[in-house]
Amino acid sequence: MARVTAGVTTSHVPAIGAAWDRGRSGDDYWRPVFAGYDWSKRWIAEQAPDVVVLVYNDHASAFSLELIPTFAIGCSERFEPADEGFGARPVPVVEGHPDLAWHIAQSTILDEFDMTIVNKMDVDHGLTVPMSLMFGQPEAWPVRVVPLSVNVIQYPPPTGNRCFLLGEAIRRAVESYPEDLEVQIWGTGGMSHQLQGPRAGLINRDFDHAFLDKLTADPEALRRMPHIEYLREAGSEGIELVMWLVMLGALGKHPKELYRFYHVPASNTALGHIVLEAAR
Amino acid sequence: MTGSGSGARADPGSTANPGSVADIAEFEDIPGTTVFTAQRSRKGYWLNQFCMSLMKPENRSRFKVDERAYLDEWLMTEAQKQAVLARDYNAAIAEGGNIYFLAKIFASDGKSFQDAAGSMTGMSPEDYAAMMVAGGRSPEGWRSIKEGR
Repeated sequence: MARVTAGVTTSHVPAIGAAWDRGRSGDDYWRPVFAGYDWSKRWIAEQAPDVVVLVYNDHASAFSLELIPTFAIGCSERFEPADEGFGARPVPVVEGHPDLAWHIAQSTILDEFDMTIVNKMDVDHGLTVPMSLMFGQPEAWPVRVVPLSVNVIQYPPPTGNRCFLLGEAIRRAVESYPEDLEVQIWGTGGMSHQLQGPRAGLINRDFDHAFLDKLTADPEALRRMPHIEYLREAGSEGIELVMWLVMLGALGKHPKELYRFYHVPASNTALGHIVLEAAR
Repeated sequence: MTGSGSGARADPGSTANPGSVADIAEFEDIPGTTVFTAQRSRKGYWLNQFCMSLMKPENRSRFKVDERAYLDEWLMTEAQKQAVLARDYNAAIAEGGNIYFLAKIFASDGKSFQDAAGSMTGMSPEDYAAMMVAGGRSPEGWRSIKEGR
């Protein structure tokens, strides 16, 4: 049977992708950011998961205002990097796992989560930057990916509690998949940042550290946190952190923290990264 | 902190996230911040859809050749068009633009998110970059208009 082995969270700042792609990862500004993932790169090479369920948000790339799915699961064979206005990132095409993706779609829908099934979807920096951070610049990505896009742009996004419950349903889905697969789940976006208006540049270290602590120490408090608290404390784009709760819900009770990295700034953003081992 | 509409929930002891449509009014209380609500999404529909069109290289080229003519192909208001032409992102957001859609404009200009975000604060690019390197903007005084904190 398939099982969820671990969770990874990471910010997905577009400038990180640009730094990689333009050969600036060794610059003084960026070196500490990439060094923060050295442990994680070694760890994931040893783990060699078969599939990553990658929770991210589309940033007006695959979905315009014509269609705004709250939860969308990518069920196709391949996902091309999106052209976000400056040409597509020169990264490998993302290979999907249609069989597992369809299984998760069926299982979660019958578990009363109204998923949107997507058969054509380009993936933007929200998905490809975490891949670059965890795997560097390979010829081909060493893992298959089930993209799970969450609306956090058009208000209201799903509640943190709903995200957590979906994570639990994804765990049930994975555990009922007959093939022997090791599956990781990643929650991306965050941490504190605001990209708009006179308040742009907001960073809240205290909030971010407390959020990282609560992933293991008090997940119930995170489930109850209302949107307004994310907005006030973590900035308007800090709302992306609800996506981390999908990951958290999929890890079972009492996941174990293996690694943590926090760095300010990555462009406008507080970068947070944590690796959690799933409960057995 | 609980939302004003949270009293409607049946089970106060559950872990249900206190979210309610009534809470959306609270978003207007955050200083210097515009939340992309339904009302703004409706107002900015064509502005944002114009931005989406810039994901195609051929549209970027046409836009760069004659920005005004390209904008006139869209059902945008004059205020929206002027905000785009001036690259005034605060004005564009006031007219219903969303930052991730507007990003297609500054990406087409070869500008970064830091350039664009900084331009909305009234700070010079150098001062904004220095603020970020020094740890970013403190949330103190930027949480609530009515509570002055």
